[in-house]
Amino acid sequence: MRTSRAVSVALLAALATASVAACSSDSTESSSTGGSETVAACEPSGEDVVNLSFTSWIPGIEDAVAKWNEQNPDIQVAVQTGPNGNSGTYQNFFNQLKAGNAPDLGQIEYDALASFRVQGGLQNIGGCDVVQEAQPEFIDWTWDQVSFGEEGNAYAIPQDTGPMALFYRADLFEEAGIAVPVTWDEYAEAAEKIDAEGGKITNFSTADINQFAGFAWQNGASWFEADDEGWTVNITGAETEEVGAYWQDLIERDLVASYPAWTDEWNNAYNSSEVWTWVSAVWGANTIQDGAPDTAGNWAVAPMPQWDSAAPASGNWGGSSIAVFTGTDYPYEAAKFATWLNTSEESLTILADTANIYPATLDGINLPTLQSGVDFYGGQVIWDVFAQAANQVPANFTWGPTMTDTYASISDGFKQVVTGNSTVSEALTAGEESTVSTMNSQSIPVKE
Amino acid sequence: MSILTTPKRRREAASGGNSLHVGPRPAIMSRLAAMTIMIVATITFLTPIWWLFVASTKNRSDLTSTNGLWFAEWNFGTNVSALLDYRGGIFLQWLGNSAIYTVGGALIGTLLAAMCGYALAKYQFRGREVLFNVVLGGVLVPLTALALPLFLMFSMVNLTNTFWSVFLPSLVSPFGVYLSRIFAAASVPDEVLEAARLDGSNEVRTFFTVSVRLMFPALVTIFLFQFVAIWNNFFLPLIMLRDESIMPVTLGLYNWNSQVSQIPELRGYVLIGALLSVIPLILMFSLLQRFWKNGLGSGAIK
Repeated sequence: MRTSRAVSVALLAALATASVAACSSDSTESSSTGGSETVAACEPSGEDVVNLSFTSWIPGIEDAVAKWNEQNPDIQVAVQTGPNGNSGTYQNFFNQLKAGNAPDLGQIEYDALASFRVQGGLQNIGGCDVVQEAQPEFIDWTWDQVSFGEEGNAYAIPQDTGPMALFYRADLFEEAGIAVPVTWDEYAEAAEKIDAEGGKITNFSTADINQFAGFAWQNGASWFEADDEGWTVNITGAETEEVGAYWQDLIERDLVASYPAWTDEWNNAYNSSEVWTWVSAVWGANTIQDGAPDTAGNWAVAPMPQWDSAAPASGNWGGSSIAVFTGTDYPYEAAKFATWLNTSEESLTILADTANIYPATLDGINLPTLQSGVDFYGGQVIWDVFAQAANQVPANFTWGPTMTDTYASISDGFKQVVTGNSTVSEALTAGEESTVSTMNSQSIPVKE
Repeated sequence: MSILTTPKRRREAASGGNSLHVGPRPAIMSRLAAMTIMIVATITFLTPIWWLFVASTKNRSDLTSTNGLWFAEWNFGTNVSALLDYRGGIFLQWLGNSAIYTVGGALIGTLLAAMCGYALAKYQFRGREVLFNVVLGGVLVPLTALALPLFLMFSMVNLTNTFWSVFLPSLVSPFGVYLSRIFAAASVPDEVLEAARLDGSNEVRTFFTVSVRLMFPALVTIFLFQFVAIWNNFFLPLIMLRDESIMPVTLGLYNWNSQVSQIPELRGYVLIGALLSVIPLILMFSLLQRFWKNGLGSGAIK
C-alpha cells in the first residue's frame, strides 16, 4: 500500500515538473511594472531586437503586421487574437492588466477607451515624437476620441471610424416617385409615403444603442465630459432629446420597423424589400450586401439626413483605436508600430481590403482602394459619400467609462418604447440615472 | 462508506434498471404517455441540429430568404470547401487542437481519476475520508467559476496562452474520482486483489491488469463525460488563449461569430463550422455507447 502511494505521488510530481519545465520558454513577453497617466518620457529602449505582443480581433490584421515585421527586423510584433471587444477581449485585457501580463498593444473601440483609462490601463503616449508627428495626419475628431480632448495627451492611436450615411433603395424610391430625403423633416415625410406603399422607411435599433448615439452625435450632443473634478453625464441633453422626440414620433405613428438588429428577420426585412433605408456606418455597406443579396444593384448611398442643411454634419457609429497598455517595457516601439499601422498607405490598404477597416486619416479615406465603384450599389463610388461624412463628424462627442452598462440600460428602455410601453425620453432618463449610479458604485467621481 | 457502495445494493440497483424490459407490460396509456414525452423531447433536441444541417447546405441568399427548416439549393460541398479554405484552413487546425485537448485530456484524466478513486476505495490510509470529501466538494464547483483564479495562477508561472493552460486543468475530474471510487468499491472484490497479491503481483500491476478491467464500464463513462466536457469547454480557453494556432474549435467559432456584424460572410462559416464540430461528439457517443451498455449489462448479470 505504502509503495503504491509513493509511486503515484512521485508520478504526479514528475508530471507537474516536466510540464512546467517544458513550456516555461513559451511565456509571454510583457512584464508588469506599473505605468503612469501623465505624459511619460518616450525613448527608444536601445535594445537590438524588441518583441511586442499585440491583441486584436480584426481578421486579416496579421497580414499588415507581417508587412511591418518584414520591414522592421528590430521591432517584431506577434499578433494575438480573441473575440470582438465586448464579447470577451476587453474582459481579458482587464484580467491581464490585473495579472500583470497584458500585451504591449491592444485593439480598443472608442467607446471603451474611457473604461480602460479610469482603470489606469492606458499608457499616455502623447510624449512620443512619432505620435506627435502623426497627429496632423488624423481627422481632427478622431484625435479627440483618443486624447479625450486633452492637449498633448494621447491614450491610443485612432484606427478606423464609422462615418454614417443613408443607405437607400434607389429603385423603390424612383418607382414610388419619392425624392431622396436631404433633411430629417423630409425623411419623416418620405416615411409616410413609404408606409402608404406598404413598406417601412427603416428599422429602429433597440439592441444596438450605438446607432442612436450616432444620431445624437450628429446633432452635436455629447453624453459625457471629464475634467479634473470628475465626470458629467448628459444623456438627456437638448440635442439628444430632439433626436429622441423625432424617433418617438416615427415609432408612435408606426412608420418604422423594429426587428432586432443582426438577426435573420432583420436581414430578411431588407432582402424582401420591406424596409427601404438604413442610416448606418460605412461598414454597414457589407452588412446589407451580405444580408440582402437579392437586392443587389438596387441600393445607393446618400449623405445622412440633416437637421440644418446649412451646416451639414454626420454621425459616427463604431470605430476603434490601438492602445499601448501600461506595463509595457517598450512604449516608444509600441507607439511607433501603432502609428505605422494606422497611417501608412500599405497598412491601411491591407486593412481596408481584408477587414473592411475604414481609415481614420485624412489621406487614408482617399486610398486608391477606396475609389472604385461597388456593384451592389449600382456601381456607385459610395466611399466618396463616407469620405465627406468622415470630415463632418462633430468633434466634441465623448464616451463614458461605463458604456456597457449605459447601453444595456437604454436598450432595455428602447425595447419598451417599440412596444408602446415607454418613451424614448423616459428610456434616456433611465439610462442616465443608471449610468450615474454605476459610476458611483465604481467610485468614479460624478459631478451633479 | 455508505450502504450505496456495497456490492449487494449495487446489484439490486442494476437489476432494478433492467425491470423495464423483463417486467410485466405496462398499460397502454402509460406507454403512450411515455412515448409522447420521449417524442417531444427528441424533437426539442433534434430541431436545432436539423436547422443547423439545413442552414449549412444553403448559400447566403437562401439562408435569409427561405424556410429555415427545409432545403433550398444544395450547396453543402461548396460551403464546406469555402470554410476549409478560409484563412489557410485555420478551422481544421482548431478541430485538430480540440481533438488533442479532448482525447489527451480525457485519456489522462480518466486514468488519474481511476487511480485516485481506486486508491480511495481500496486502500486504508489516514485522511482518506477528508480527501474524498474535498474531491466531492470539487464536484460542486463549476469549472467556469475556476477559470479566472486559474488564469491568475497560470499568470504567476507565465503559462497563460500556452497549450498547457487549457490542457492541465482538463486533466482533473472530481466527478470521475467519485464515480471511480463508487465503482471500484462495488466491482473490484477485495478477494481478487488478495489473490493477485498472493500470486506475487505488485499493486501497480494488479491495478492495470485486474482492477482496470473490472472497472472498465465506469472508465468508459468517465472518459465519455470528460470527452464531452473538454470538447465543449469554452470559458477556460476564452480566458487563457490569445494565440489562434492553439485555440480549440469552440473558441475559434465564437471569435468568428462575434465579428459577424462587421464581416458578414463569417456567419456562413460559423454555421457550417458548428455542424462539423458536433460530428466528433456524435461519433464518440455512438461508438462508446456500445461499450458502455455492454459493460453495465454484463456487470448486472454476474
